[in-house]
Amino acid sequence: MAAISDTHSHGHGDDHAHDHKPGFVARWLFSTNHKDIGTLYLIFAAVGGTLGGLLSEIMRAQLQFPNNHIVTEGQEWNTIITSHGLLMIFFSVMPALIGGFGNWFIPLMIGAPDMAFPRLNNISFWLLPPAFVLICIGLLMGESGSGWTLYPPLSNAIYEPGMGMDCTLFALHLAGASSLLGALNFIVTIFNMRAPGMTLHKMPLFVWSELVTAFLLLLAVPVLAGAITMLICDRNFGTSFFDPAGGGDPVLFQHLFWFFGHPEVYIMILPGFGIVSHVVSTFSRKPIFGYLGMVYAMIAIGVVGFVVWAHHMFISGIDVDTRAYFMAATLVIAVPTGIKIFSWIATMWGGSIELNTPMLWAIGMIFLFTVGGVTGVVLANAGLDEVLHNTYYVVAHFHYVLSLGAVFSIFCGFYYWIGKMSGHQYPEFWGKVHFWLTFVGVNLTFFPQHFLGLSGMPRRYPDYPAAFAGWNYVSSLGAYMGGAALLVFFYVCYRTFTSKAHVADNYWGEGATTLEWTQTSPPAYHTYLEMPRIT
Amino acid sequence: MSAGRRNAILGSVMVTIIAGMVGMSFAAIPLYRMFCAATGYGGTPNIGPLAAPGSSGQPIRVRFNADTNPGLPWSFAPDQREVTLNLGDEQVAFYHAANLADRPVTGMALYNVTPEKVGKYFHKTACFCFNKQTLSAGQKMEFPVSFWVDPAIRTDPNTADVKVITLSYTFFQSLDDAAKSGALAKAGPHVGPMSAADATEKAKAN
Repeated sequence: MAAISDTHSHGHGDDHAHDHKPGFVARWLFSTNHKDIGTLYLIFAAVGGTLGGLLSEIMRAQLQFPNNHIVTEGQEWNTIITSHGLLMIFFSVMPALIGGFGNWFIPLMIGAPDMAFPRLNNISFWLLPPAFVLICIGLLMGESGSGWTLYPPLSNAIYEPGMGMDCTLFALHLAGASSLLGALNFIVTIFNMRAPGMTLHKMPLFVWSELVTAFLLLLAVPVLAGAITMLICDRNFGTSFFDPAGGGDPVLFQHLFWFFGHPEVYIMILPGFGIVSHVVSTFSRKPIFGYLGMVYAMIAIGVVGFVVWAHHMFISGIDVDTRAYFMAATLVIAVPTGIKIFSWIATMWGGSIELNTPMLWAIGMIFLFTVGGVTGVVLANAGLDEVLHNTYYVVAHFHYVLSLGAVFSIFCGFYYWIGKMSGHQYPEFWGKVHFWLTFVGVNLTFFPQHFLGLSGMPRRYPDYPAAFAGWNYVSSLGAYMGGAALLVFFYVCYRTFTSKAHVADNYWGEGATTLEWTQTSPPAYHTYLEMPRIT
Repeated sequence: MSAGRRNAILGSVMVTIIAGMVGMSFAAIPLYRMFCAATGYGGTPNIGPLAAPGSSGQPIRVRFNADTNPGLPWSFAPDQREVTLNLGDEQVAFYHAANLADRPVTGMALYNVTPEKVGKYFHKTACFCFNKQTLSAGQKMEFPVSFWVDPAIRTDPNTADVKVITLSYTFFQSLDDAAKSGALAKAGPHVGPMSAADATEKAKAN
């Protein structure tokens, strides 16, 4: 502890006079600066997302036509599916929304000079690259085909005997430790380091969303860690936590996994809610409608998110009363989520709306997340889920809320804040091209999957009967369009970072009211050497 | 209190929560077992010496199922496919097993009943599945099981419709027996201790 407070006082003494930046290695490899770590996270998320996206292009190419023409081995296919899911969740969405934007903007928004534990922040980033390497080993060895849910017996020593599966499990250990350290840091920062006058009920919604997310991580991720530790023991050390031969029960793994897995989906979307709230308010030039309702809706989503996990297991043999409970509890989540959606709409209502790129992404996110939410209400019904479970309807549902909801909010945050983070503005025209290409592409990809699922196409298979060929073809074309949009995004990045023009402190004008807009763009290496006072 | 100290205190509270949740995930294993035993969840029958209350005159059919894990070199089957008994009446049924290997093998049977919701009304008073069973090379054995079905099954609206209960067993080789016979080492290249024979084989291959 002494070491950390030492660093603090040292940093202060050093930097009062000038905005001193360390050399390249010390700045980027040993970084303890929240902005630099945020940048590292964002770059890492882009790498993870690109690789995960590449895998999805392979999958859509395979499914474009029936007859197994690209990936001919089922095991290879399973490994691609597994890696796609894990990469997107742990190495793209979470690093971008939590590590990236969270690190960058929590301290800036609450008027804190840095995170509470800067060195812990450093290790929580540097645990991710080795985890990423381990995931890639699992992928390249073709030995981790259990799906991202890791259910035994699919993931046990009989069906996945190779070391690749252990690498994948260990990768999740590292990624989990990383998010736990990050969550701990966020909570302490938000509780202890707010500027004087910033009460919890005055805190920006993005900070609130990260706070709720951090609590979800703190309670959910250790359960995953425990479950995969037991799985690793079952695989390698002859225990039988989930092995019936020794009295274990594989269904218990499903319970533990989804006790983590369901809060995890809210972990991925809540920070997105926060970003969208800021963007909608900025570009409508109105304060957010129903601030307190928004805050408590997020808290409610977080709390209820912990007691609905078995709706992922409706067909695992749980009895009718249990299903009735989990169904009702799941449907209840639509209420706080609805509060958020309607509050965003109410914020836009009567506002002086400017349809800049970030606003387009925000409205796109609200629309697509609502579509995904509606199919979620359908799937929450146990009776319907017995038919739709593990069909493409489920795939369409969770891609609408995550691949579209969460990813749109990441791009929304990128366009909203890239001027603040880099000091250069993105090219508006290409930002809009990126948006429209993505919007059409992803809808073309995922909307037909509702039809495929309703007509009974199961997920996770490398092939399908010819009857499903038409919509699969359309879906694949959409995926190529989405891939092309990613190239446009890289072009936008190139144009932004090579631009000579510098942006003002608050380039969005009067709608942007949070503290980060009082700082220069980009902010000084050390901000808030004097605490701001919020009235 | 200094800022660093306040952060340290709150930080350690968070670490405690993390440790607690990891502990809870491990505690879930025995808790889940106790939960299943207490509620009949997952078709877990009641076990114990509780005596049958006596016939209520209402009949129910009980069917018998037997499975053998491929790792266990036994044949295992019920003597009778099904029995019809009165609710509240104690009934004995038999399974037979034979060890097909030329060495003694220890097995352990796992059991449940379906539909799973009747678990709490199905009472087993004596069963070969309560203990490990060892058969010497080629030995044949009759295994008895004694059970009764609680007449309350008819008054519970959830289970009143049940006319047939299936009693199911799956025989596995017991884990210590599997370890002794080296079955674990054959389960995968990295599982279990390497025997001397494996080591020499590996050395030859290199």
